[in-house]
Order: sequence, then structure tokens, then C-alpha cells
Amino acid sequence: MGIISRGFGGRRRESIPGLPPGQYLTHDFPVLSAGPTPRIPLDRWSFTITTETGAKSSWNWTEFTALTSEDVTVDIHCVTKWSKLGSTWRGVSLDTLLAEVDTAADYTMVHSFGGYTTNVPLEDLLDSKAWIAYKFDGEDLEPEHGGPARMLIPHLYFWKSAKWVNGLTLMNEDEPGFWEAAGYHMYGDPWLEQRYQGD
Amino acid sequence: MNPLDGNAMAGDLRELFTVDVTAARYTCAGCGHADAVATLILWGQEMGQVGRCPHCTDVVVRVVQAPDRVFLDLRGSVRLELPLAGS
Amino acid sequence: MARAALPGRLTWRAATLTEERWESATARTLVLDVPDWPGHLPGQHIDVRLTAPDGYRAQRSYSIASAWESKTVELTVQRVDDGEVSPYLTDTLQIGEQLELRGPVGGWFVWRETQQTPVLLVAGGSGVVPLMAMIRARGAAKNKTPFRLIYSVRTPGDACYADELARRVRDDPGLDVKFVYTRKTPDGWPAPPKRIDVATINSYGWPAEFTPDCYVCGPTTFVEAAADILVALGHDPKRIRTERFGGTS
Repeated sequence: MGIISRGFGGRRRESIPGLPPGQYLTHDFPVLSAGPTPRIPLDRWSFTITTETGAKSSWNWTEFTALTSEDVTVDIHCVTKWSKLGSTWRGVSLDTLLAEVDTAADYTMVHSFGGYTTNVPLEDLLDSKAWIAYKFDGEDLEPEHGGPARMLIPHLYFWKSAKWVNGLTLMNEDEPGFWEAAGYHMYGDPWLEQRYQGD
Repeated sequence: MNPLDGNAMAGDLRELFTVDVTAARYTCAGCGHADAVATLILWGQEMGQVGRCPHCTDVVVRVVQAPDRVFLDLRGSVRLELPLAGS
Repeated sequence: MARAALPGRLTWRAATLTEERWESATARTLVLDVPDWPGHLPGQHIDVRLTAPDGYRAQRSYSIASAWESKTVELTVQRVDDGEVSPYLTDTLQIGEQLELRGPVGGWFVWRETQQTPVLLVAGGSGVVPLMAMIRARGAAKNKTPFRLIYSVRTPGDACYADELARRVRDDPGLDVKFVYTRKTPDGWPAPPKRIDVATINSYGWPAEFTPDCYVCGPTTFVEAAADILVALGHDPKRIRTERFGGTS
């Protein structure tokens, strides 16, 4: 059926050259939620890396924020078709967090407060490609955007940048996370438009 | 951001099934709570619909609409009891 | 992307706006002509799909306001100022123009004439729409089931269907309506503005011993507060049906 509603624009959408295929530019920061927003007091916050052998490395908030942080400016691309350019974050590189971790695994599962999960190959977290961010635009990261801290993996669709992150599990085999199990792509490269399984 | 409820899934599910699934009774795999699908708390409608148990907040159902396919994930429900009379 | 219609499954159809009415300064009733409409039950809703000239699509659910006895499909849409779809439906869509809809859908938040027990309707703002369809269906069928509506609005000017409700209270035996004003009351109202509370539902609802069927519709916070009060007053949760409206459309 082809009913076009003249005068219906929906949200303002701007398509500019240089964006991944199918994406529109947005200047605000839409909030997507698959569940209630967890409120995590900083004294209850921790981040734990668990290797394929069960070895754990853990940081509380004080230890985490004492690690070397980096300021990064990146473009982010949401699978719901908005892209945001030049967003500024401060966070700890996964290179720093994984430096002392002994693993032969190729895959990881990111875990969050509230139960969210998403899978990312280990090599996509290394070589200055991923951070755990705790500031956005110079301010503490708000709970709606994943605060106290969220994953930031700008080269993949933004559902991989899990909000309210609290852990990383290293895996020998790839497994689907929350959205991947429900039909989204296992990898999610925005430049290849890998939105759904089979794309 | 406020959630909706399972009533709002009726159209998408009715495009897949010949009966109204929102009147069906789910049993939550997490806590065993049973009630109408319409009572699920519905989140995340941009990427897909996430229906959570109002009793324990576990995910009971996920519906993801791709342009040419629909993914229906019911692993959070140990069963669905569907009324056959009427719709 | 067109999907093939499968037998027994629901598909999108064209509807034409034939009449309109403003129910308040911000709520507009759309009377739609939908060829081959199969009829609907009071409380059911439809999904509306809009396609922009550049192909962008948005979809929202709206409750049906009319009873099928009137042979019309009417929606009452509350404008949400920063919304994406509702301002188009309230202010832009013209008589004679078309939109796509799918329905009727929803088989749980409905009232059927065969139900034997008294009915309590609790509405918050535009949550009154599906409850109005129940009142209209009851009136059209000359059904005698006792009905009570508790209708919470911010100000008297925000109330939809005020004249029709007053007329039905006079003409439909066994229907009572109680307004609750949360921001501003009418002149001479005996109480200050307040939210629906235990006393309101205790005074104007049915006692739990009557085992009424309760229908609660409104914004999420309203629905949860009203449902909690009903449970606290001893109503069986199985007899409390709720429908949450989003504030984002």
C-alpha cells in the first residue's frame, strides 16, 4: 500500500555524505531502553573480567577511575538509523583493562547491571578501539545514557556499547547476547549494514 | 522513559498469528508467575519489543521486526496458553 | 516493504478521514471510513502507520473511541506537543485524506456484554478513550450492567466527552461518573485539586465484595497507582485489567 502522508515529517532527518549506509544525522542523543534504568551507587559499582578459565580481575569505582583515562571524540551509529558525529567521551581503554589478563579466547560477552548482554570479538576491544566511558560531553555519564559507566565501541552499531556495564567474560566460542539472540547481527558493522542476522 | 504494556503488542503479533496472543496466558520461565501477555511490561520499542514479567522483570518475550522477517523469542516463557474461542 | 497477506492474519488497510471533532483544546476525534471493517469490541485498539514523503515510517497504537453499534471507527487522539505522530493526527491530517491502519486488535482489555458483574472504569487523561467505547457499547445495547467511571483530568477543560457523559448519566440507567481534578477544579467544586487516592476509589468505586471487573487506563504511573489502590482495597488482581498509554507519541 502506498499512502504517503504529506505534512508528516516525523523527526527531522538529515542525510549527509560520509555516514554509513541507511543512517541519518541526529544532533540530540536518543535514549533506547530494553528495561528499567538501573541506579547504581558508586560504592556498589564494580567491573569484573572473567577469563575462559574462570580467573577474575576486578576493579571498584575508586580503582577504576584511578586507571589512566583517555579523552576520545568519536562518531556513533545506532541500528535504529541515527548517527551522531563528534561525540566526546572520557573513559578507560579496554587495552588498559585487558593488559594483565591472560587469555587465549577470541570472543567476549559484555555484561551489564540489569542483565543486558552483548557479544564482541576480543580483537574489537583491543588496539584503541573500545573504552569503558564514564563521562560524556565533559559531564558524569547520566543513568539514562548508561552511567556510571558504559562500553564505548564506536566502530560497531551502538547496541554493542552496553550501558551500565559491570563485566566482561572471555569465551572460546562466539555466543549471542541480548539482542543478537533476538535476531540482530552477531557482529554489527554499520559500514556493512549488518543490522539483522544474515545481513 | 516510561514503558507500555503487552496490549501494545497486539497488532504486531496479530500479523503473525490468527489468534490474539495478548489474551494468552504466559508462564514466566524466571519466577513462574502466570498472567495475560497483555500485562507484560513493554520496553525497548525502537529496536524491538521487549516484554518483561511484571512480577520479576525477567524478559518473557522479544519481537524484532526486520524489513523482511520477524524474530519472535519466547525463551522467557515456559508456556503459552491460548484461548481458542473468539479472538 | 510489502508483505504478502496470509489468510486469517491481519494486514494494513486504508482509512479515510470523513469527520472530525475537537473534544478539548488538545484532543481531536477522527471519524474514519474503513471499507469492509469487521467490527470491534469496546476496549480494542488499532495501529496507525504513517509514511513520510522520504519513506520514513512511524507506527502507533490508538484506542477506538466508538462502539461498533454506531457503525463508525472513531479515534480520539491526544496531542503530545513534542510527539512525532499525534501532532500530525490532531493538526495536519485533513478531511478526505488517508492513512494506513491495522486492526481491530487486543482481546484482553475489552468489555463483553456477557460479563455479569458490575464494572469500574478508572481513566487518567486520554486513557478515557477505550473506557468511553465501553460506556457507548453498553448504552447502545441498553445493557443494564452497573457502570462507574472515575475520570482523572488536570483541569475541567481537559475532559473529553464531558457533555456526552453528562447526558448518558441522565439517560443510561446505572451509569455513574465521578471526575477528579489534579490541577484545577471547576468553580464551586467542594474539594481542592488532588490525585486519585484510596478515598476516591473507596468512595466512588464498587466494594471488593461485589467482585467488579475493573478497567484502568492512563499513563504508566497513573495505572500503577490506581491498580495498587484497587489491590489494597481487596480487589482480586485477576479482575483488574490495565492498559498503559505512552507519553511519547
